[in-house]
Formats: sequence, structure tokens, C-alpha cells
Amino acid sequence: MNLSLVDFLFYVFATISVGGGLAVILSRNPVTAAMFMILSLVGVASLFVLLEAFFLAVLQVLVYAGAVMVLFLFIIMLMDVGPDSGKRTALSKTRLISGFVALFGVGLLTVLTLEYSGVATDSATHWQDVAEETSVEGANVVFSKSVKSFGYGLFTKYMLPLQVAGFLLLAAMVGVIVLSKKQDEEKSSEATEDASSASAEPRPEEA
Amino acid sequence: MDAELIQMLALKVTYAIVMVSVVMSIAGYTVLAERKVCAWMQGRVGPNRTVLPFVAAIPFIGPFLRNLGIFQPLADGLKFLFKEEIVPGHVNKFYYYLSPIVALVPALTTMTVLPFGEFTNAEGLTTTLVLANVDLGILFVFAISSLGVYGIVLAGWSSNSKYPFLGGIRSSAQMISYELVMGLSVLPVFLWVNAPGMTGSGLSLVSIVNSQEDAAWLVLVQPLSAFLFLVALFAETNRLPFDMPESETDLVGGFHTEYGSFKFGIFFVAEYAHVVIGSAIFTTLFLGGWHFLPWVADPWAPGLIGSLLGVGWFLAKTFCLIFFFIWVRWTLPRFRYDQVMKLGWAKLLPLALVNLIFYVILVTYLDQAAAS
Repeated sequence: MNLSLVDFLFYVFATISVGGGLAVILSRNPVTAAMFMILSLVGVASLFVLLEAFFLAVLQVLVYAGAVMVLFLFIIMLMDVGPDSGKRTALSKTRLISGFVALFGVGLLTVLTLEYSGVATDSATHWQDVAEETSVEGANVVFSKSVKSFGYGLFTKYMLPLQVAGFLLLAAMVGVIVLSKKQDEEKSSEATEDASSASAEPRPEEA
Repeated sequence: MDAELIQMLALKVTYAIVMVSVVMSIAGYTVLAERKVCAWMQGRVGPNRTVLPFVAAIPFIGPFLRNLGIFQPLADGLKFLFKEEIVPGHVNKFYYYLSPIVALVPALTTMTVLPFGEFTNAEGLTTTLVLANVDLGILFVFAISSLGVYGIVLAGWSSNSKYPFLGGIRSSAQMISYELVMGLSVLPVFLWVNAPGMTGSGLSLVSIVNSQEDAAWLVLVQPLSAFLFLVALFAETNRLPFDMPESETDLVGGFHTEYGSFKFGIFFVAEYAHVVIGSAIFTTLFLGGWHFLPWVADPWAPGLIGSLLGVGWFLAKTFCLIFFFIWVRWTLPRFRYDQVMKLGWAKLLPLALVNLIFYVILVTYLDQAAAS
């Protein structure tokens, strides 16, 4: 078998991301699951590096592994979710549905892989080589790996999707504010207690 | 594999090892500097007893080096290595051992994109001295250093006791808050350097340094950005006005309360490595890197001597910043935790946004003015 270095690295990182993903759903301890998820996300970032999409790789690590997962871990630790807390949700109905979904997913993946397995080896449909430099002033933006062209494309050709995605995030943010406000008014008596515990000042020890 | 590839790999690995050793020794001697500066500020003398036997015998230099405490880091390192390893019974063993490693690795990885000098050979070809000149240097630094928080969080959680846990929780909240300010504070810098008519390209740290050659340092162009970045840097390195994760007076030792001997040593070195790398990044972004003075061309001739002087100048600036870090630590009192959060979200973040919008408008205006 003739493996090039890139192929070899692809298999290593693919194993890390898929294996990490499997370990996320198989591990009983939520903190272990979160750590495996970080491993899986870093593995996907490494795959992006192999595809020469460095910007995406760095954003993947920065946003998902660096910020989102810290919040996940934060919540898991604050709520003190133990290894056994997942057992109660193991109802037969849920299991049945998730089993079907998993079966459908695997089936879809198999069919698509079989259908399109020839594409990568077909030289006619090879991906175009990414251009080193782009004509930033011109109208047609060639997508390249340089950050500048990425930003230019995002703010010209893909302006509408960017705005829509931003609007979606804004809606989510407003929703969170509205929801948390409502809760605050309902139990105004507990508000002072919440505020004191939120500031995380160490409570005086019971001597 | 062919010989050329192996040679290249060996060379890269050697460079990396040399760089790691240099940064680690600087980190070790930063600890000494911390103790000495602290002592001077408090009217004490600091470490002045440790000395190697044969050095002490040298008549004049021996006592001088002993009083300077040059050998103290050696003694400290040995002590960390050979102390008894105590693992408390109530900890989660796997994560307890993992977290010091997770804390140290990101601190040492960020140095790959850190440029520290340049070398011009006889043909006038300039090579930048950097392990990897990546197009998105600063983003790489942010991405890797954002992973450093896991070491602290996991240490706090796996210790399975009250004070470390509080330290870990505080630190994760603090680091996420100040990461935002840090990212927003460098955006105007890159806007400025990449503006039409400027020489910068992408987010590379090398192009940032070269844009400051024979021109104004960016700290003079964007003082507010520099200030915000510096404050965020203090928070990210857990240095004193912001050392929530290990505030000794209310959390015993914070996240590393349950750690001893070598594992504590790794946490300790990781913190100082963060300080060293952070100072070096501030130097490249705002203080002109290895270039001489604002508006003054490098006085040294290109070549081996010139490049060595450049690296020395870069190190001198970095050491000044490290001194500044220590100086602030022994001058300012600690913020309360809610004050840290309020400062980050209610004061620094809006300020960073205003700063960004101001420079967006300024850069556009200058571009329009130049075009018309």
C-alpha cells in the first residue's frame, strides 16, 4: 500500500475525530464526554488544516474548542452532573427513535459513499487548486486560502447569508434576554439570593 | 523518505527544541526576577544564598553572583523535581495528572508563530526568524491560548475540593470574558496595517512588525488598543489585579491548592511562560518588534551581527514588559471577583467596540481622502 504523508495524517485525524465522537456518546462521565468532544473538534480542525483551510481550522479551535466547550464544561461542573444522571432517560421509546435515526444515518452515509466513491479518483472532477492571490478589486472573487479574500467574499458576494446568520444570532440573544427577564420578575423575592450566589463570592464557612 | 525531507525535519525539530529551552529558561529566570523585584520594592534583598560550590570560590565574581541569586532557579527546579509526590485521596486521578500538562502545552505552543528577529544574508535576502510564518498568526495565538483555560478548569474540578473548584470556575468565566476584549482590541491594529496603501498582509505577526520598521510604533498610533490589549493580557495570564483563579487570601491557593512538587512546578512555569510569551506578543504588535526606535531606521548593519543585535533588542523590550508585569503585581491590590466581571463586560468591552468603530471610520475616511 502506498500511503503519502497527507493520506496517513488524514487517517490519523479522521480516527481521532470519529473515535472521539463515539467516545462522547459512550462515556458515562459527562466531563469525560466533554473532553472527548474537544478532542473530536480538534481532530476536525486538523482535517481542515489538511484541506489547507487554515482559517476554518483556527476558527474551529477558537470558537468551538476554546469558547463553546468551556461553557459546556462550566455548566456540567456547576450542576455537578454525575455519571448516573443519564440512566433515567433510557426509556424504550427514546431508544427506539434514536435507533431508527442512527440506522437511517448510517444507511444514508453508506449509499452516498457507494454512489460517489468514484468522484475523488476521477481526475476530471478534481477540486480546483486554491489560488494564492485574488483580485480583490475585481468583481469576481476567487475563493482562496488567504484571510483577506475570505473577508472580501464574506462582505460582498455572501453578504446576505452573513446578515441572515447574524440576524439569527441576534434573535437568539434577544430570546435569552426576554426569557431570563421573565423569570426574574416572577420570583423577585429570590432575586437577591440569586444575585449573591451569581457573584460567586465564597460564603462564610460554617464553623 | 528522502534525505532532504529528513534533514528539513531534523532542522525544524532542533529549532523548536532550542526555542522551547530559551523560553523555558527565560520563564525560570522571570520567577527569580519576580522575587528580586518584589524584594527591592519591599525594602528586602531577596534570594541571595544559593550558589554552586566552585563558583563561590571565585574571589570577586562568586559573592556577586550569589547576591544576585543567579542559581536560585536551579535550586528551585531541583526541589520541584525531588520533593515527595503527594496525591490526595479524594481527587479524580486521571484529570488530576492531565491538567498540568494541558496547562503547559498551549503556553509553549503559541511560540511557533512568534517572530523574534530577521537575518539578511550577503545577497540581501531577508529571512524572518520564526518557527512558522503563518498567514493568520494572531488568530493561531488566540486559538491555542484559549485552550489553556482547560488546564485550570480541570485542575479545579478534579481536585474535588472547595477552594480549587471555586478557583477553576472563576477562571473559566474570567478567561472567556477577557478573550473577547483581547480579540476586539487587536482588530483595529490589523485594520490599520491592512488598510489600502499600507504594506500589511493578512493577520501575520511578521507583517505587523515590518509595518513598524522606520515608522511609528503601533502603540503611538493606537494607544487605546494597546491599553485594552495589555489589560486583557493581564487577565488572561492571571496576573495580579486579575488573579482570581488563585487569590491566596480568599481561596488558599486557588486551582492548584491540592497540587504539590513537580505538578505544581508545571503550573508555575506555565504561568510564567504565559507572561513571557504575552510580553513578546505585545512587543511584536505594539512596540515594533526587533526594529530600533519609532521613525528611526535600524542602526545595525544587516548580517549576522545586525540580526543578533535585533534579537537582543527584541528581548530587551520583552524584558521591560516582563518587569512591568512584576511591577504592577507588587503595586496594585486585587480586584474583587464581581468587579473583574463588571470591568470586563461593562467597561472594557464597550470601550473596545467604540475603539474598533472609530478606527473603521478613520481608515475609511483616510482612504476616501486619498482617493479624491
